[in-house]
Amino acid sequence: MSLRCEPWARTDKREDKENLFSPEIRAEIDQWVAKYPDEWKQSAVMAALRIVQDDNGGYLTQELMDKVADYLDMPPIAVYEVATFYSMFELSEVGRHKICVCTNVSCMICGSENIVEHLEKRLGIKMGQTTEDGRFTLKEVECLGACGGAPMFQIGKQYYENLTPELVDSILDSLEQDNGE
Amino acid sequence: MANEVCLRTLHLDRPWLLSSYESEGGYEALRKILKEKISQEEIIETVKTSGLRGRGGAGFPTGLKWSFINRSAPGEKYIVCNSDEGEPGTFKDRDILRYNPHALIEGMIIAGYAIGGTAGYNYIRGEFWEPYERFEAALEEAREAGLLGENILGSGFSFDIHTHLGGGAYVCGEETALLESIEGKKGQPRFKPPFPAMFGLYGRPTIINNTESLASIPDIIRQGGEWFRDLGVENSGGSKLFSISGNINNPGVFEIPMGTPFSELLGMAGGMKDGYKLKAVIPGGSSAPVLPAEVMMDLNMDYDSIAKAGSMLGSGAVIVIDDRQCMVKLLDRISYFYYEESCGQCTPCREGTGWMHRVVHRIENGEGRPEDMDLLDDVTQRIMGRTICALGDAAAMPVAAFIQHFREEFQYHIDHKKCMVGGR
Ligand SMILES: Cc1cc2nc3c(=O)[nH]c(=O)nc-3n(C[C@H](O)[C@H](O)[C@H](O)COP(=O)(O)O)c2cc1C
Ligand code: SF4
Ligand code: FES
Repeated sequence: MSLRCEPWARTDKREDKENLFSPEIRAEIDQWVAKYPDEWKQSAVMAALRIVQDDNGGYLTQELMDKVADYLDMPPIAVYEVATFYSMFELSEVGRHKICVCTNVSCMICGSENIVEHLEKRLGIKMGQTTEDGRFTLKEVECLGACGGAPMFQIGKQYYENLTPELVDSILDSLEQDNGE
Repeated sequence: MANEVCLRTLHLDRPWLLSSYESEGGYEALRKILKEKISQEEIIETVKTSGLRGRGGAGFPTGLKWSFINRSAPGEKYIVCNSDEGEPGTFKDRDILRYNPHALIEGMIIAGYAIGGTAGYNYIRGEFWEPYERFEAALEEAREAGLLGENILGSGFSFDIHTHLGGGAYVCGEETALLESIEGKKGQPRFKPPFPAMFGLYGRPTIINNTESLASIPDIIRQGGEWFRDLGVENSGGSKLFSISGNINNPGVFEIPMGTPFSELLGMAGGMKDGYKLKAVIPGGSSAPVLPAEVMMDLNMDYDSIAKAGSMLGSGAVIVIDDRQCMVKLLDRISYFYYEESCGQCTPCREGTGWMHRVVHRIENGEGRPEDMDLLDDVTQRIMGRTICALGDAAAMPVAAFIQHFREEFQYHIDHKKCMVGGR
């Protein structure tokens, strides 16, 4: 059998990696790189994209993807492939709070449509849009593995379950207050 | 008889801590193996005896899978845990990670020992941040206690575990797509053979198991293969975690013996909500064929019973549907999911999932055509068995089953341009 499994090759490796990201970001990415075999730095690409996305207000730019490619010695196209394949990467600007609403089957039969309707009304936007003040983005997502708490959504790293319109209001109210700064 | 294996610590305060796990017999199996130098063959035999079948959905016997590894081959071998948990309706692995992460860690170490590997990766879906942090904290605890890492408990055996976080792609739950994803690529399934046992992560021999499968291992070793097997019924050893959701009073995760009647499980889940009638059940995650209420009420929750009725136990995700729900609308949503999540490398899946969704969607919206039912039959048959991974089948099976059991609802939509339920 002539099976091969090799990392992407990059001939023009960048030497001055310290100029790509801040020391904190580099340290965070390096923690992930350390988990994989030495020649498989690219295994950390998803982690690196997530880290720089979080640092950039929740979305990726081509410049950031190119930097990740340089940092991990990957061809830029290989990084774009990853960034466009996985739904958690955002390729255009999003609001400060991205509300990921599950509308899959368990949530649907438990009333996710009411939750979507309520959110759209309250925020004055449709699914997939961002409020003008840049605070909220509404995103439809597939099952988040929390169907026992249906209907549910995720904001940032947090799951919110057993949603009702009243609960949605109090969650959004508290987020708006957080942004008083 | 509940919570005897993976959720054994659940009754404790802060069940996820090492001390909680150890108070319930945790790490006894690993200690025994290392102290008595139990052989790899013996461990694999015990897992075979237990009748444990893969809890990720396919139900493949775990012991048999482990025996496929060539243990004497030189070089690294890997244990990969599948905590991607993306099959709609499934939310059990999240609870293992949150409430009993040490069972998974111990299971992965034992699996590593049994195949002669020194490293493991746990692929946790990217949205599971809280479970990820719990799991990481547990890894730290285990390392500090000398249970994980170099020279475990002074035995000379070394094994370490790392977490990989996913990025939101259902197809990465498919085992070879998952490997590609760890390798830093987009998650497109590989053609098989070769199977991962021969050519897996980084091209090395690899065992991939579901979270629940691996978390069951410590108790199988500690209490014996027969003990586990006898919790369940023939061909379905052990107990199993059922994630039950939908129109019920008390949705959640229940760890109960295989072979428990569905009616009992429904009772534990508080019965039907607001007094509505049971209409249908999807017994094993959204890709498992739906079954009508009257069939389901007579079934037991084990592989053979559900298979005989024409469906699958799958991941043990039970979606309970009441008589307010329109089956056309449900299928519209389910078929959209598979269309969205197809990775696109096989034509029957890429094109077929789009066809199925468009046709079901137009029926749902009162634009169905007389020939649509036959068209759907035709498309499902052109997908099944003709794709690289099982996502193609997973997309086609629900379409076939919804039409088989609820044909009159689809026909009504086509004929009357509206819904039979509620007259929308
Ligand atoms: C499209 C698709 C999605 C899958 N998703 C998962 C998943 O989220 N979790 C899982 O454990 N197995 C999933 N599987 C099954 C895995 O491919 C594999 O069979 C399983 O992880 C093996 O572990 P087990 O034998 O312990 O069940 C999926 C399969 C397919 C085809
Ligand atoms: S069946 Fe679908 S998801 Fe699976 S490899 Fe083919 S196109 Fe991709
Ligand atoms: S269907 Fe919404 S979390 Fe599973």
